[in-house]
Amino acid sequence: MTLTASPGIPVSGTAEPAVDLDGVVKRYGAVTAVDGIDLRIRPGEVVALLGPNGAGKTTTVDMLLGLAQPTEGTVRVYGRKPHEAVALGLVSAVMQTGGLLKDYTVEETVKLTAVLFGKPQSAVGAALHRAGIADIGKRLVGKCSGGQQQRLRFAMALLPDPDLLILDEPTTGMDVGGRHDFWQAIRRDAGDGRTVIFATHYLEEADAYADRVVFVRRGRIVADGTASEVKALASGRTVRATLPGAVVSQLESITGVDTVEVRGDTVYLHGRDTDGIARHLLTSTPARDLEITSRNLEEAFLTLTADSVPGSAA
Amino acid sequence: MSTATVPRNLPRFGGFSTGMIKLELRRMVRNRRTVIFTVVMPPVFFLLFGTDAASRNEAVGAHGNVSGYILVSMAVYGAMLATTSGGAMVSIERAAGWSRQLRLTPLKPIAYVAVKLALAMIIGAVAVAVAFAVGSVTGAKLPVHAWIGCGLLAWVCALVFAAFGLFMGYLLPSENVMQLLGPVLAVLSFAGGLFVPVDKLGHTFATIAEFTPVYGVGEIARYPLTQDGNLWLAALNVIVWTALFSAGAMWRFRRDTARV
Repeated sequence: MTLTASPGIPVSGTAEPAVDLDGVVKRYGAVTAVDGIDLRIRPGEVVALLGPNGAGKTTTVDMLLGLAQPTEGTVRVYGRKPHEAVALGLVSAVMQTGGLLKDYTVEETVKLTAVLFGKPQSAVGAALHRAGIADIGKRLVGKCSGGQQQRLRFAMALLPDPDLLILDEPTTGMDVGGRHDFWQAIRRDAGDGRTVIFATHYLEEADAYADRVVFVRRGRIVADGTASEVKALASGRTVRATLPGAVVSQLESITGVDTVEVRGDTVYLHGRDTDGIARHLLTSTPARDLEITSRNLEEAFLTLTADSVPGSAA
Repeated sequence: MSTATVPRNLPRFGGFSTGMIKLELRRMVRNRRTVIFTVVMPPVFFLLFGTDAASRNEAVGAHGNVSGYILVSMAVYGAMLATTSGGAMVSIERAAGWSRQLRLTPLKPIAYVAVKLALAMIIGAVAVAVAFAVGSVTGAKLPVHAWIGCGLLAWVCALVFAAFGLFMGYLLPSENVMQLLGPVLAVLSFAGGLFVPVDKLGHTFATIAEFTPVYGVGEIARYPLTQDGNLWLAALNVIVWTALFSAGAMWRFRRDTARV
């Protein structure tokens, strides 16, 4: 089941896509981590890559950064091979864990990054400031909290002034306050028009910060749309009722009903105006035991990313 | 941002720079264990085992004494520890995911290895210099040309252990690789005649000793003082071991940096 809320690939093909994945497959031995992904991301988009653990998010990110090679298909970042784009500082990333040395100070770590990218020392202070860690520059990395270390990775990623910033599960292990601060910093930064891709399994993060959400499951894209479109697709509620001898076609004709499911004597009616549906059921049919449940982004996420999708299960 | 004003260039020399070496040195000095191992321990060993009256009074070569002989051996030991731990830094950095992070920069893997080698040789030079400075005021006697010659040779030949450290660093993905390599180096130093001259080990053992990696370095480094021993055999020893360790390091390095 694939929902496509038409992300709208630009008709005027003048602007080069920031990211262009074409038929990308990645296999590790017998394991297929990514199973044919086509994805184009325009400059300036903030995209959430959403999916359960093992869905292929990190593998996709690794291929975007040139840390892994696709088994099939091509990956292009601003029209270049990923490792070239990385070396030129066009793309940088905040990785999930690791990648820091305990016996460097925060400032030295960023300084080293500046040296490697050939950036002036003034860029160091600016990056520390933008990541909100200017006050802990002299602290040893080993003495920093998880959230501080993550903001340090963010400062390092900002240094080359990348056109595309990739965040792989950036807030894993952070407390609520740390997550809030981190996203504040990212949002400030994305306001300047930077392209941002973030992999996450926190729905609220995708909801709050992405203008496009790409659902990934078992190495494939199962839904792709702007955050509001996907939310609209996933919004609405379900009316459950006991209605022996229900006829699907009759139920479908009720105003406001989008989908109908009948299991024995129980019917499930999904739609926007559940109040209207309930009123109709209670006044015009012998339905009883009504129950109205909301179907939110979380439910959509579970439906779209569950390993056994109804209908596709053998 | 994506404005065309941001210049996008690759760094020169694949990212090998004095700026990086400076920062890496500062970090290395911060690690007390490295400093104690490489800079403090060898002179302390010299003071313990090389400064007794017998060593100071017994002559070696034209203008040297046994204390001087032991001092050169200790300088080799220090240089060896320094260059090995310099090379072995790689393993700590791989374990911490730092190597992966560096792959998100323009730094070329070969430039990274060059930085590690440069660092290893810098701390190796410091180790030799400190040992010689301590020795010069505590009874070691060497002719002037031997102070210079032995020091330079001890330092240059320690390159074989920089290669050894790199090899081990790529082979063992561990945070505390030096805790393993420290004892290994001590055993090799015994076997190679740094702590006890090989001819005191008995014939069979002395023959085996000639094939161990520390032997050649020690023989060469002491040569300006002793003017004795088979220099060609020692040189062959150093060359073969350097080639072996370098090949090992290259093999592991290629595996490590392959884009899979």
